[in-house]
Amino acid sequence: MVSAGIDIGSRSIECVLIENGLIKAARKTDTGYDPMSQAKKLIADLSFDSILATGYGRNLFELEYDSKTVTEIKAHAKGARFSFPEALTILDIGGQDSKVIRLDITGKVVRFEMNDRCAAGTGKFLEIMAQALGFSMDTFGTAAKNAQKSLGISSMCTVFAESEVTSLLARGENPEEIAKGLHQSVVKRAAAMLNRVSPEGPVVFTGGVAKNTCIVKFLEQTIHREVWVPESPEMNGAIGAALIAGEN
Amino acid sequence: MKAQLFKKLQQITEQNLMDIESHKQNGNHAIGFYCLYAPTELATAADAIPLPLCGTRQDPIEAAEEALPRNLCPLIKSSYGFAASDTCPFFRFSDMIVADTTCDGKKKMFELMNRITPVHVLQLPQQQNTDLFLDPWKAEISLLKQKVENLTGKQITDQDISNAIQLLNREREALKRLMDVTRAIPSPLTGMELIEILFKTGFFADKHKGIAIMDEIADACETMVQNGESPFKKTTPRILMTGVPVGLGSDKVIRIIEESGANVVAFENCSGYKKTFQVDETKDPLTALAETYLSIPCSVMSPNPGRFDLLEEMITGFSVDGVVDLTWQACHTYNIEAYGVQEFVADRFALPYLHIETDYSQSDTEQLRVRIEAFLEMI
Ligand code: SF4
Ligand code: SF4
Repeated sequence: MVSAGIDIGSRSIECVLIENGLIKAARKTDTGYDPMSQAKKLIADLSFDSILATGYGRNLFELEYDSKTVTEIKAHAKGARFSFPEALTILDIGGQDSKVIRLDITGKVVRFEMNDRCAAGTGKFLEIMAQALGFSMDTFGTAAKNAQKSLGISSMCTVFAESEVTSLLARGENPEEIAKGLHQSVVKRAAAMLNRVSPEGPVVFTGGVAKNTCIVKFLEQTIHREVWVPESPEMNGAIGAALIAGEN
Repeated sequence: MKAQLFKKLQQITEQNLMDIESHKQNGNHAIGFYCLYAPTELATAADAIPLPLCGTRQDPIEAAEEALPRNLCPLIKSSYGFAASDTCPFFRFSDMIVADTTCDGKKKMFELMNRITPVHVLQLPQQQNTDLFLDPWKAEISLLKQKVENLTGKQITDQDISNAIQLLNREREALKRLMDVTRAIPSPLTGMELIEILFKTGFFADKHKGIAIMDEIADACETMVQNGESPFKKTTPRILMTGVPVGLGSDKVIRIIEESGANVVAFENCSGYKKTFQVDETKDPLTALAETYLSIPCSVMSPNPGRFDLLEEMITGFSVDGVVDLTWQACHTYNIEAYGVQEFVADRFALPYLHIETDYSQSDTEQLRVRIEAFLEMI
């Protein structure tokens, strides 16, 4: 039995195939302007016995493929447990949203909170800031890690933060220190959400932003808790969806 | 049966504008109210029609934002916008507007509304039923009585008030009976249907018509329950909504919950179950009004223990599977109280809880859908 999970997010689409509890394939593409045709292309050459969709595009997918759907919340809970069976807290920071989920010991969701109304504190925020500072996404985290001190950025709003960055640069401030300040502002926001929703124990950190090792390091330093990052953190939702597809 | 009654409800609603007009042509008055705290009995006692004016629609908000900040509760903006753009027939019918000093946003908005039309503002205390607050509140209510007398030219006797209390107690009894039909599992009414009935009957010029149609619908629902008829299954998740008031136009959260396969069976808010109190008919009528109205458990009171008593009773009585707590954007009192409500629901009942902060626009529908579906997955 091969089960597939597809996570159709606002910025990227991931697909995972699972057979006998092992990941057989994992791939991803940009959402672009036409999520459905992108999703179709992504799975065109795959064969599976069942498929389940999650993410913002799940309902469109359901219409075309007659597949079942679950919310990102449930999919992430399942995916995190696959990588870390003892997981009780999940932080997911994706391209355009962030969320914290708390599980009970059986893996059931007991509480969650989402920020999906603005780009503040998400991957998009970091991308725009990297651009404003002239870094590529690959060098941005390293630059922040290297900085001696951190320049506080007071605006969380992407638009305001961008103009704050521009005026700091104009004042001749060090870009690495600004980068550090920006990373820390994302971490602060995540830490506040974690403290509200699930204030204790190790945190499973998923989503594209979890690949930024600087964010991971700052997060650990800020919340004084262990942070566990799965091998492919951006695949977590799709893994969860594939697992749930396999159950049905 | 139910469908026919909804048709009838619609007919009375359409007829109602003419009812109000002819009532006014006969030399009677209409008085607009903005909050549950103001006793509408005083209008009824002077043969004036009490009209609920709280704005529940998005349309007038743009007009309101010419004067009011964007970052303000949509209920306040909608209420003001209807007045400023003169697009609410009930506002136009109102010969007098009665408001209360409830939350900061509302009371400052009334200062601006007063420029459009005179607004009589009751100074509402923020604590309940200690003499320190009850006495001035009683004085406010006597003053309102005088104002209504001046407007209508009618002396309001104690007997008039007692009669009004009896009539409105009867109306509240009908409201309660109607809202109680959803205690049945599965419930015969959808939350959207319930909101429609509550909203429409609120404007009826003739209270007896409202009472009659509510009784008829309740009868029909009770028969449905006996025959095992329902739009839902026994396993349909039963949701209690708490928090800010909702009405037609500000019903998107209820709609999404029910589209996602659940049933909103109970409304712990001032457009729902908070309206079902009874005023003591044996006491001096003004004292009875003051006491009962001041004890309404809205988040503008500090502290507000009554809300938790009501929640406790309703969560159990309506066999609820989850609680959705709705806050209009920039409503600080409900937003802050949500912290305690979430704790209460978790500690006391271990039920799933979802806090939603939103406005009247449709812009976040899909985001809300994710939250609501994830919440229902928790049940
Ligand atoms: S929410 Fe409170 S202040 Fe607002 S109308 Fe209802 S009772 Fe009045
Ligand atoms: S919902 Fe809150 S902010 Fe809006 S009018 Fe009522 S109490 Fe005031």
